[in-house]
Amino acid sequence: MTASIATGQTILVVGGGISGMTAALEAAECGKQVILVEKTPVLGGRTARLYRYFPKMCHPTCGLEINLRRLKQNRNVRIMTMTEVSAVSGSRGNYTVTLKVAPRFVNENCTACGKCGEAVTAEVPNPWNYGLDKLKAAYLPHNMAYPQRYVIDPSIVGTPEGEKAKAACPVGAVDLEMKEETVTISAGAVVWATGWRPYDAAKIQPYGYGRFKNVITSLEFERLADPQGPTGGKILRPGDGKEAKNVAFIQCAGSRDENHLRHCSRICCMASLKQTQYVREAFGAEGKSTVYYIDIRAIDRFEDFYQMVQKDATVSFVKSKVARIAENKANGNPILHGVNTEGYHRYAIEHDLVVLAVGMEPEITGVKLPDDVILDSSNFIEGSKDQGMFGAGAAASPLDVNRAVQSATAASLHAIQVVRKNASTEAA
Amino acid sequence: MTTANQNAVERYRNNFLKEVEANVEEGDMVKMCMQCGVCAGSCPLGPHWEHSPQKIFMMIRAGKREEVLSSDSMWMCTSCYNCIVRCPRQLPITHIMHGLANYAHRLGLAPKGQPTREFGTLFWNNLVKKGRVNELTLTIGHYFKDGIAAGIKTGLAMQAVGLGMVKAKRLNPMEIFGGHAVKDLKGFHAMVAKAQEIEAKKKGFTA
Repeated sequence: MTASIATGQTILVVGGGISGMTAALEAAECGKQVILVEKTPVLGGRTARLYRYFPKMCHPTCGLEINLRRLKQNRNVRIMTMTEVSAVSGSRGNYTVTLKVAPRFVNENCTACGKCGEAVTAEVPNPWNYGLDKLKAAYLPHNMAYPQRYVIDPSIVGTPEGEKAKAACPVGAVDLEMKEETVTISAGAVVWATGWRPYDAAKIQPYGYGRFKNVITSLEFERLADPQGPTGGKILRPGDGKEAKNVAFIQCAGSRDENHLRHCSRICCMASLKQTQYVREAFGAEGKSTVYYIDIRAIDRFEDFYQMVQKDATVSFVKSKVARIAENKANGNPILHGVNTEGYHRYAIEHDLVVLAVGMEPEITGVKLPDDVILDSSNFIEGSKDQGMFGAGAAASPLDVNRAVQSATAASLHAIQVVRKNASTEAA
Repeated sequence: MTTANQNAVERYRNNFLKEVEANVEEGDMVKMCMQCGVCAGSCPLGPHWEHSPQKIFMMIRAGKREEVLSSDSMWMCTSCYNCIVRCPRQLPITHIMHGLANYAHRLGLAPKGQPTREFGTLFWNNLVKKGRVNELTLTIGHYFKDGIAAGIKTGLAMQAVGLGMVKAKRLNPMEIFGGHAVKDLKGFHAMVAKAQEIEAKKKGFTA
């Protein structure tokens, strides 16, 4: 094994969510050298921000913990957080990749003691809770954050607030002089595990997301249910902090729609079915969930879960794509208008809270794909012309966590084949 | 049963969807409907008609020929285009509605006494006569469509508006004697006849 890990035998994995971590680990555990780059300060991606998984209703922290332990034990993976890929040149087996490393303003001396966070008073919108609350401008992103190292928000650097953080640090970890760095590495294969982002619900004009406070996205609802979320796990609606006992779930919010995302995002039906159980968990028989759907796509074995939810007396189903939402000005309740296509009944139903099951689209913020990468009609990654770059997880297709892990393992195997071939040609 | 209707029944037998695809404007898009119901919920006239668009589309697929063609629903469309804007499959719903109305009218199956249909017929007949709309005879024709008594009643109610328009020179009472025509009325009639012939041929109607 050579001293430098950045050779044509290295696999570069872009994105440190569940897919990126999996792809990196699978290759590393096969003895390959891997560089895992992540644009945010922590690993875990969107999966770390879920409250529970379907269908087993277990918590993502569990799987995350296992993966983090695998990572800590493995010497073959080098993790670079706050890093984006700015350029890729070369071809299969021999790529030159330019990485841009943003300053964290905290160096590796950090012990995550939290003194800087206590010293600072400035607050920034909390990206881990989709901006539903705020956190201190010197912060540890979340309890499970890896690396366990604080981050100083750039907005307080060069202000007295930044100096306060620096003064409070007992180990000299706060370094306000950090600058953005550019690093160039070589890699034999690249796995793009750049993930997904929720479709911008404000674009679905008739649903009033952004205009009505009690219309939220499914991801925001995950945070409401999570004990680490802005409400400490209580399902309180954003409009007035009232308990949301009567919740509407609108399926295909942006998906399967030529005006928005033309693909089926595949996970949203199961996500909503899962979330009806959060309502039940919080309020028992008093809770009420209504799912408005075109057709429920609980793929393969998930049908069992669907049948379980169908039997739940607190959950009802309305076969209808909601036409529009209005707001009851007196109590802030959203009113759903549409036609139930089973019998063609016109309805105007009031709920405490509306959850839009928003579709998945490929993440593009901070992602600069090389021209060589082939995309499908919804911009998911199909592969590359030279067959040296691969899409993994939700960057390749709208997938749930389970299938994202399978996809990442497959991508990892493809990448291993590329660098193995490389190794044999180098030896010869 | 009109000859055109008989021919259509003979030709398509039990496949009403095929008939619609072949004869109705944008009829080939009907099969794209996925029954989400967003058009029905978005229609401002929704509560006032019997069959919502997605129901009409399902009825077409189910072969309910008589029920669809004699429905008054497509005659209620005001062309607001709300359904087209919101349809997730981008079906040209407004156009299909008008296409269906037109087809039903040609086959003689459209509902009798449907106000939109009656006014449409009145308007067309008025227009072709002289090549321009004679507002006076059109209005009078419209007022008297439900009988003489109703006509006189509406006429008296609208008296002030009519006199005001005459004073403002927006209405010429002399138009009642037939009114003026477009230049080259003969040419205009020939043009309309040719257009009708082309359309009838295209849609399989004998002129």
